[in-house]
Amino acid sequence: MSNDSKSGSSMNFLALPNDSTAKTFIMATLVCLVCAVFVSISAVALKPLQVLNKELDKKKNILQVAGLYQDGDDIEAAFAKIDIKLIDLATGEYTTELDAASYDEIKAAKDPALNVKIPKAKDLGSIRMRPKVMPVYQVKDGDKVKQLILPINGYGLWSTLYGFLAVESDGQTIVGLSYYQHAETPGLGGEVDNPKWKKLWAGKKIYSEDGEVAIDVIKGSVAPGAKGSEFQVDGLAGATLTSRGVGNMLKYWMGAEGYLKYLNKIQANGV
Amino acid sequence: MSNESKKIILDPLIDNNPIGLQVLGICSALAVTTNLGTALVMSLALTSVCACSNLSISMIRNHVPGAIRIIVQMTIIASLVIVVDQVLKAYVYDLSKQLSVFVGLIITNCIVMGRAEAFAMKNPPGVSFLDGIGNGLGYSVVLLFVGTFRELLGSGKLFGIEILTTVNEGGWYEPNGLMLLPPSAFFIIGLMIWGIRTMRPAQVEEPDFKIKEVNGTEVA
Repeated sequence: MSNDSKSGSSMNFLALPNDSTAKTFIMATLVCLVCAVFVSISAVALKPLQVLNKELDKKKNILQVAGLYQDGDDIEAAFAKIDIKLIDLATGEYTTELDAASYDEIKAAKDPALNVKIPKAKDLGSIRMRPKVMPVYQVKDGDKVKQLILPINGYGLWSTLYGFLAVESDGQTIVGLSYYQHAETPGLGGEVDNPKWKKLWAGKKIYSEDGEVAIDVIKGSVAPGAKGSEFQVDGLAGATLTSRGVGNMLKYWMGAEGYLKYLNKIQANGV
Repeated sequence: MSNESKKIILDPLIDNNPIGLQVLGICSALAVTTNLGTALVMSLALTSVCACSNLSISMIRNHVPGAIRIIVQMTIIASLVIVVDQVLKAYVYDLSKQLSVFVGLIITNCIVMGRAEAFAMKNPPGVSFLDGIGNGLGYSVVLLFVGTFRELLGSGKLFGIEILTTVNEGGWYEPNGLMLLPPSAFFIIGLMIWGIRTMRPAQVEEPDFKIKEVNGTEVA
């Protein structure tokens, strides 16, 4: 690697005293050059694999939250059942202005042309910016849409959690919640990945009768059968802030700033 | 393998352990030892970076101007770390996601830099390479040691395989949450250094100050 620069030992600069200004400059330049070439080659050569990994990882998570993936399944084949549509959050309508297959909502959230600033008072998920357009993954069973998978994100204790909420086609009943990227404390906040906890979400309802977002993560355990228990999920023990973050990001993304308009349309007219 | 190269590789494992004796590279030992999987990948990453950086720095050691030698070393180490990070992202995506920023932080790991400056700048490439491997392995031994305790006591698993069934999963073991937080690694490393120095008293450092008298009375 960086030794290449000296392979031509006949080069006369090598004979210069080590501490001369000329040699200092030459060595600095050569080391930088060789290192830069080395880094660029590896970055460019490995890029396709990395992009593929990222895509597969995301698809795997979408399938997992919909309950369509077991370890070892062919991700691409299973993903064929899923349609990607883009929705304009401001109107709740489908939009075809952008290419759904290649749309990246995380990049879009940082792109001034595609994002909107969230006013502080409304920013429950502490994410500051959100894309104008969000993808929705529709899981099909034959021709009928069975589930909607909605990307969500928000701040926990240490990190922004990125995940998906799967909702039944009534736009009200939760199928599952799953995070694919976060850096919460393993064993405490990191238990958002615990399959047991994830199972608690199935069958919970998002909106109360008056249309408010009612789903929340509470402290402690939910008393089964108690009033409002269909809107509540147990908090994670020892992870108050992560649990609160999960609750808040759902309030945000299911609310008027997020998917509310879209889900209202679905509740009224079907998918 | 000659005796000398054997010594170069085996010495840093216990007798001259970079974490145990020199107390270098502690920060990443705290961060990535919550489970053995990440500890193992981190160990491999650091060992390969340390070996390759020692090798390349040793090759150009006679032509590095003293005034910029540290920055030359840093440039080489940083390039190697970026390459390792890219390789991890391409081939073990899940683990690289868990290691996140800590692979990048190998750049600032004092072990790599320390070996480059202390050994590779003065020795030929062959032994420098072995020295890098030895010190990387010394670091790995400690990481895996700490990782074993933390994963087993903190989540009842080893390499993600259930050993002690935790209460959350319906078993009997109440996991020790402290084990999953960085301070526990401090305690384990401290106890480990205590153990090593009890076995090898030669490693105990002379105290910087000695109390000779208290209130005018001489103390032995």
